[in-house]
Amino acid sequence: MEPFVTVGGSPVPLLVDNVDTDQIIPASFLKVVDREGLSGGLFHGWRFLEDGTPDPGFVLHQPKHRSSPILLTGENFGCGSSREHAPWALQAWGFRVILGLGFADIFRGNAHRNGLLTVTLDAETHRSLLASIQADGDAQVSVNLEMQEVTLPDGTASSFEIDAFAKHCMLQGIDPMGHLLEQLPAIEAFEAGHDGRGNGFSIQKDAGTS
Amino acid sequence: MSGRPRTLFEKVWDRHLVSGPVQDGMPSVLYIDLHLIHEVTSPQAFSELESRGLGVRRPDQTVATMDHSTPTEPGVSMRDLDILDPRGADQLDRLLSNCTRHGIELHPLGSRYNGIVHVMGPELGLTQPGMTVVCGDSHTSTHGAFGALAFGIGTTEVGHVLATQALLMHKPKTLEIKAEGMLPAGVTAKDLILGIIASVGIDGGTGHVIEYTGSAIRSLDMEERMTVCNMSIEAGSRAGMIAPDETTFSYLKNRPGTPSGPGWREAVAFWESLPSDPGASYDRSVVIDAAVLEPMVTYGTNPGMAIPVTGRIPDPNTLPPGQMKGLGKALSYMDLTPGSQVCGREVQAVFLGSCTNSRISDLRAAATILDGKKVAPGVRMLVVPGSEQVKRQAEAEGLSEVFLAAGAEWRNPGCSMCLAMNTDRLGPGEYVLSTSNRNFEGRQGPGGRTFLGSPLTAAATALSGRITDPREVM
Repeated sequence: MEPFVTVGGSPVPLLVDNVDTDQIIPASFLKVVDREGLSGGLFHGWRFLEDGTPDPGFVLHQPKHRSSPILLTGENFGCGSSREHAPWALQAWGFRVILGLGFADIFRGNAHRNGLLTVTLDAETHRSLLASIQADGDAQVSVNLEMQEVTLPDGTASSFEIDAFAKHCMLQGIDPMGHLLEQLPAIEAFEAGHDGRGNGFSIQKDAGTS
Repeated sequence: MSGRPRTLFEKVWDRHLVSGPVQDGMPSVLYIDLHLIHEVTSPQAFSELESRGLGVRRPDQTVATMDHSTPTEPGVSMRDLDILDPRGADQLDRLLSNCTRHGIELHPLGSRYNGIVHVMGPELGLTQPGMTVVCGDSHTSTHGAFGALAFGIGTTEVGHVLATQALLMHKPKTLEIKAEGMLPAGVTAKDLILGIIASVGIDGGTGHVIEYTGSAIRSLDMEERMTVCNMSIEAGSRAGMIAPDETTFSYLKNRPGTPSGPGWREAVAFWESLPSDPGASYDRSVVIDAAVLEPMVTYGTNPGMAIPVTGRIPDPNTLPPGQMKGLGKALSYMDLTPGSQVCGREVQAVFLGSCTNSRISDLRAAATILDGKKVAPGVRMLVVPGSEQVKRQAEAEGLSEVFLAAGAEWRNPGCSMCLAMNTDRLGPGEYVLSTSNRNFEGRQGPGGRTFLGSPLTAAATALSGRITDPREVM
């Protein structure tokens, strides 16, 4: 995972509320054992016309938005399944930051663990940013994770919340696995005194067909 | 235990806390008792372990099944899949080799206990009250029906649990959903949870663990409780829990994974200590009147867009601003008219299955309506049992005969048309009445349109080929 540095660009407006993970990446693209080819499935149902050709009208296909690292969306982005393929696909496309009015719990955690920053804006900031983009399609914002600030096109800065640990991991570019592995002695000590019940998973191995 | 009254969630959380936050903003380390895995969200986690030179720390607390990418056509084996679906076959092969290498118990395609992960775990007695249960699947909330803290995780976290048997987590808040009163005839647990989601909203539970309480919940059997907890994620909550009671204990007795003899009595004594203490407080509480509920169906493209089957589709132009966002877009996708009735809409398919509604009681309920009757011409009905055990039980009871005689397809277990990873899918523009959990755009096949409902509504709809109130045919 790469360390998160300040990201700037013109936000791509995808102003739909409750964008679910089936829209971000349909299940048919989950038939992989690695992370290859996921950007091809990003927003597949919305990006392509019925005949399979790309929809030039879809916001991601508009030339001015093609290489922006920032997506601007609405409420409850990433609801639905736990598929981590969703943040993987967004990153494979080139996104580093998603600005919105709210994010689903599992998606947000998955995104942060991969270095994809989600920023929840207050309604007023969201409105003002949207107005700026509608007035000028090239309006720029800058997202500074260290300072926890989004600088809007008019130069004003808006602060955002993020949990300290996710911020630390993203700034350092580290997966939390290292932190967990450091806890192994504590985990082992805990286990010694913990009755997990169900410790008798005594089901006979049965690989044959019935 | 003396001290501050605690909720069921707090008791289970506290019991699994390896360490709390060392400072504000830092996560806790939570111990995981049971890790369920499947072929779609685990391969990258095993690869990550390999690249770090790590092993699976507790294979004895890890159990695997094949369910998402598997075929449900009778007679199709893993070997046939190499030709029919090489990419699906790759995932199954990878799971098999990962489980073999790390000594993980696997219930492969066609084996005696194979099934949808959230059907298999409970029926084997792997899921028990007071446990922490995770799986790379958002419907892991199902297992909360037993008073376990159970939630879906991403693939990176699957790797964390494989390597350490623990997770880094921030403590969620609690939301009590108290459902009081008796569900009327023809109104099922599925209708109850659809009613709850419509009421609290699809992000109403974000950041919270739900505890379902109240007389309507207490009177549900375990399979009904699983249906309710299953769709907690559709209200935005990663986990939903129900306090264990006699209903729970009698379900668990004599399951392969549960203790017997003195161990059983000890376990029950522990389980009885889990329900929320009198006076325990929740961060939020919501009350639902179950006695006034009707069979529910969705009309839109998220599970919160649900109405009584007798009701009319809301009109975006007459709703207060900010309510039911995306309704116009949803109705356009569904090609439905605001203000019209959903009852009587034609469907081309009916899907009875998924981790929400594929257990034996769901099949029995549908069979009572289908018995001796025929599925409407032009309607394809898929009946997909949740596990090999459910399948065998249904065949022993003659339910499969009822489905086949009615003209429905009797399939092998799997996730099937719930998410259309195999060939069980809708064609563009087709409508389905589905007992699954998500009506998102294209979820059941590109361009497909989903009405969610109960097994009773599914059976009634299959007979007429139109969305039908099951109370009319009961």
